[in-house]
Amino acid sequence: MSTRLATGGRLINRAKAVEFSFDGKRLSGFEGDTLASALLANGETLVGRSFKYHRPRGIVASGPEEPNALVGLGEGGKFEPNQRATTTEVFNGLTAKSQNAWPSLQFDVGGVNRIMSRVFPAGFYYKTFMYPRFAWKHLFEPIIRKAAGLGAAPSGVDADKYEYFYAHVDVLIVGGGTSGLAAALEAGRSGAKVLVLEQTNTWGGRAPVDGVMIDGVSAADWIADAVEELSRMENVTLHTRMMGAGVYDHGWATGYQRLTDHAPEIGGPRHRLWRIRAKRIVTMTGAIERPISFAGNDVPGVMLAGGVRDYITNYGTSCGDVMVVATNNDDAYRTAIAQVDAGLSVAAILDARVSADGVLPNMARERGIRVETGMAISKVKGSKIVTGVAICAQAGEGTPIEEIKCDVVAMSGGWSPIVHLWSHCGGKLNWDADQAMFRPDATRPPLGADGTGFVIVGGTANGHLDAASAMNDAIAQARKAAKEAGYKPAPAKAVKAVSEPEAMIEQIWQMPQGMSIKLQTKTFLDYQNDVKVSDVRLAAREGYESVEHTKRYTTLGMATDQGKLSNINGLAVLADSLNAEIPQVGTTTFRPPYHPISMGAIAGDARGDLFKPIRKSPMHTWIDENGGFFEPVADWRRPYCYQQEGESVKDAVTREILNTRQNVGLLDASTLGKIIVKGPDAGKFLDMMYTNMMSSLKVGRCRYGLMCTENGFLSDDGVVARLDDETFLCHTTSGGSDRIHAWMEEWLQTEWWDWKVYTANVTEQYAQIAIVGPNARKVLEKLGGMDVSAGALEFMAFKEGTIGGIKARPFRISFSGELSYEIAVPASDGQAFWDMCMEAGAEFGIQPYGTECLHVMRAEKGFIMIGDETDGTVIPQDLNMQWAISKKKADFLGKRAQMRSHMADPSRWKLVGLKTVTPSDVIPDGAYATDGTIRENGVKNMIGRVTSTYFSPTLDRGIAMGLIEFGPDRMGEVIDFPTLDGTIIKAEICDPVFLDPEGARQNV
Amino acid sequence: MSSVTALNGATSDGMITISDAGLMGMITLRGDLASPEMAKAVKAATGAAMPALRQITVGKLGRAAWMSSDELLLMVDYAGVDDVVAKLSKSLSSVHHLAVNVSDARAVFDLSGDVIRDVLAKGSPADMSVDALPLGEVRRTRIGQLAVAFWFTDAQNAQLVCFRSVGGHIMRWLENASEIGSEVGFH
Repeated sequence: MSTRLATGGRLINRAKAVEFSFDGKRLSGFEGDTLASALLANGETLVGRSFKYHRPRGIVASGPEEPNALVGLGEGGKFEPNQRATTTEVFNGLTAKSQNAWPSLQFDVGGVNRIMSRVFPAGFYYKTFMYPRFAWKHLFEPIIRKAAGLGAAPSGVDADKYEYFYAHVDVLIVGGGTSGLAAALEAGRSGAKVLVLEQTNTWGGRAPVDGVMIDGVSAADWIADAVEELSRMENVTLHTRMMGAGVYDHGWATGYQRLTDHAPEIGGPRHRLWRIRAKRIVTMTGAIERPISFAGNDVPGVMLAGGVRDYITNYGTSCGDVMVVATNNDDAYRTAIAQVDAGLSVAAILDARVSADGVLPNMARERGIRVETGMAISKVKGSKIVTGVAICAQAGEGTPIEEIKCDVVAMSGGWSPIVHLWSHCGGKLNWDADQAMFRPDATRPPLGADGTGFVIVGGTANGHLDAASAMNDAIAQARKAAKEAGYKPAPAKAVKAVSEPEAMIEQIWQMPQGMSIKLQTKTFLDYQNDVKVSDVRLAAREGYESVEHTKRYTTLGMATDQGKLSNINGLAVLADSLNAEIPQVGTTTFRPPYHPISMGAIAGDARGDLFKPIRKSPMHTWIDENGGFFEPVADWRRPYCYQQEGESVKDAVTREILNTRQNVGLLDASTLGKIIVKGPDAGKFLDMMYTNMMSSLKVGRCRYGLMCTENGFLSDDGVVARLDDETFLCHTTSGGSDRIHAWMEEWLQTEWWDWKVYTANVTEQYAQIAIVGPNARKVLEKLGGMDVSAGALEFMAFKEGTIGGIKARPFRISFSGELSYEIAVPASDGQAFWDMCMEAGAEFGIQPYGTECLHVMRAEKGFIMIGDETDGTVIPQDLNMQWAISKKKADFLGKRAQMRSHMADPSRWKLVGLKTVTPSDVIPDGAYATDGTIRENGVKNMIGRVTSTYFSPTLDRGIAMGLIEFGPDRMGEVIDFPTLDGTIIKAEICDPVFLDPEGARQNV
Repeated sequence: MSSVTALNGATSDGMITISDAGLMGMITLRGDLASPEMAKAVKAATGAAMPALRQITVGKLGRAAWMSSDELLLMVDYAGVDDVVAKLSKSLSSVHHLAVNVSDARAVFDLSGDVIRDVLAKGSPADMSVDALPLGEVRRTRIGQLAVAFWFTDAQNAQLVCFRSVGGHIMRWLENASEIGSEVGFH
């Protein structure tokens, strides 16, 4: 059983105990422990259940490659599922729960799946749930949903804070092992601005565990000196607990900084996602050890040899008293040596190679360790923990020769360079058969905008597994990075790293070499997704030749560990099944992030009140404090209505309409877009932008205009005012201001770049306040300062001056059919002007009104609304607006498109008014008109649809506008609008102008 | 005076101090920045020289900030802005240009403290190092989801301008980003 050793553990502080809990059990560890090392120290070897078969699973590794030890961390708003025990530092009060087990980890009902494993082959989902078709939705899908997924979803709102940080550097070094540190020193000495990221809390990586000597001192001493020197360099920034998560185009990388995971009590943001722009990204990310494929290799207690060594050396924790080592290389001998040196036993080293006579094997033999060459594990004994191994000849089919008792199996199938960051943006790999690894091809790096490689890889990550060549490579690559970033490296200074020499590895992709089908079904490649050697072989037999297809068919490497342990072993088995070479099969695509990062870090600060910016008019606060019932209008919030004490929304709208029609209403129209268009060619330009003629507009006058896209469809509308000979002010819809400004600039910058026109978006410069109703003029006259009489300020004209002492530009325009002034004042004076109007208007019955009142009043007048009467498929002709389409102009945007046959088709649905036959009826929004016939496909034949529909308090009846086939020719006809409840509302086709068609109300 | 800013005098103290800079006269001036007429008009309006690419220049009457290859932002006294626009229009009448008052379309912030660059770097993708954004340069960029521009007036002070309707959002953003305990220590 695993336990804490009496001595040792370079990363733990035995003076400081830390209390935590696992599945409710109170446990104790030391400061510096990971959750994994602390669990092992407490003898907790069973930490989870696998995804598909619910097999018992234990800790396999010591780093981010860990597939099994996933836990739910924290509680309530701090709960997070699928956290790796190996990358979680313990702290006082940490609570962890095992996952994917019910009712408990020790007794898991889902384990029945394991017995059923014969019926869950590769491609099980695809094969099983196809027929009958209806069963997917009603039978299979609900059951799979329940069973799928590893951790539980958090139920509360995330209680923590997150943020981004943008950093620009010359050289970004990912990885703080000895290679990364040597590279940082080299790049730092050149004067380049350097940022170094290390994902753990400790500098130096594996070198201290592996007993490397550097420049005559221990790796640990060299690392301390290097960090000390680097922290004195002003141009170098060092960060531990920060993982290089992804590499993207243009020298962009993300760094995932975990600020408080190890100590939640310190407060501040939990994670910070760095978005780093670097001239060169140097990846010194080391390597990951591969498991060996033998039967029972997923039984708890079967671990990676390097991981076992880490637990002994770094955390003073044994993974078992009696060890068996299974290997195809010399490095694993270091684990056996560490085990014996820690006072524990090694029952045997099973080396699949025919001979092992190097320095490390002989050091093992000197310690009395039994070394068996040409031997393999036939099968691991035990279910919840290893109890022994049956051994066999590697060359055979697995007939057991002997059974060896043990409680930990340390396996090593060799090391794979961590090429993820190199590959994220397209860096290519070569297969190195001698070292049995994919390694970066320096001649095919990911290319930046200048055509040169922007990622440089070095050290072990570049395929240099021995300390000396890794160090030399790291320094060389750092010099290259500094140089390419525009700096001159200081004179080269060699650093001499020494480790025990290692003999050649042998490619061993399954153990034993001729393993039977029966053993294959017990041999796991992907621990998290339960993919076995037999699954990949079956996929190959069924014709899955591409590694990408096999991956998806078998789910190999698709779990949260993204196949860090399984990919190479899986594709080697695939290659073998296909009788192909490994490089011909190739790897799957490496995608960011390297290791899962929190959703919070991705969201950053965009949450709560910072989730989405809300645009607020100058009167927003007043509206909010005076009953405003807000609705979103583009990014603005506008009052739908103003609710008085105890009043319903519906009643408020009715009151506002009647009051505005009878007395006077006040509308905040500040959100309307306002774009200045100026220059000698401004008139010519606007003639192109609008369907009607704008160049003929007289100074001081206003004209309503329509804008279409080049495809002829209505895009926006509004009133244009001519401020002077060369200057126009174009009003747009509230949602259209930015879009239309960009639309204008696009035409000016790309097509008509030689036209002399400048534009400026002045939407927010003005508060625009509409005073509407029979008493509107009285209010303005009371405020004084400007003659706004019918003669002095005619309909469709504007003036400049002051009203009530505030600089004002009233436009005599009307969207309601009433006497109406829209007054633009500086935004900073908007509230003051509004207050003045409310005060002066009190005696005339003034009341503010909202957007719904505005909508009903414009519908009563038959005025169209962009977004109601238009939906991107409607042309002005559909709305009978031929009057707004100039026939004199040679061209305008949309003209040609509107001449196309389908656009000119007389059967296009056209705008009409609709009066409900029963006046109290209101046609529902979006209702379709039908003619009683049935189409071939069985649905009712539709002959039109409603675009705007309201109850008009002014007319005391339901009114609507709609697009109806041959509508204008069918005046007086009654048509049907079926509703969702099965009833039919009958409506009579009529003129869309329901109120005051002569315009008598506004012409006063 | 009845005129109020979007921020209405708001202030906040965290890693840096954030405060409403009050009403500022601002003019969008577009035209041929290389023309002598333009240089003369800018000088007359602000006392400042024509700013080069990304620069902000200071004169007795105001400042001139480079916004794009044909656009400047002139900053002058709020009360006199209409007169300045009128003068610009007059002196530039012979050349194609646009001068328009945008003073009320903006919210302006004063930022002060030692870690302004770190705070802004939480939301702006621009390089905030002293080398990349020295005194005398203005940066048109974004903060989080919104367009802003900012410039340093000395090592410890900067000004930031955004659209008026989102002044409240930017205030909250800055407050949040400068919360004590979220120090970065990069710049």
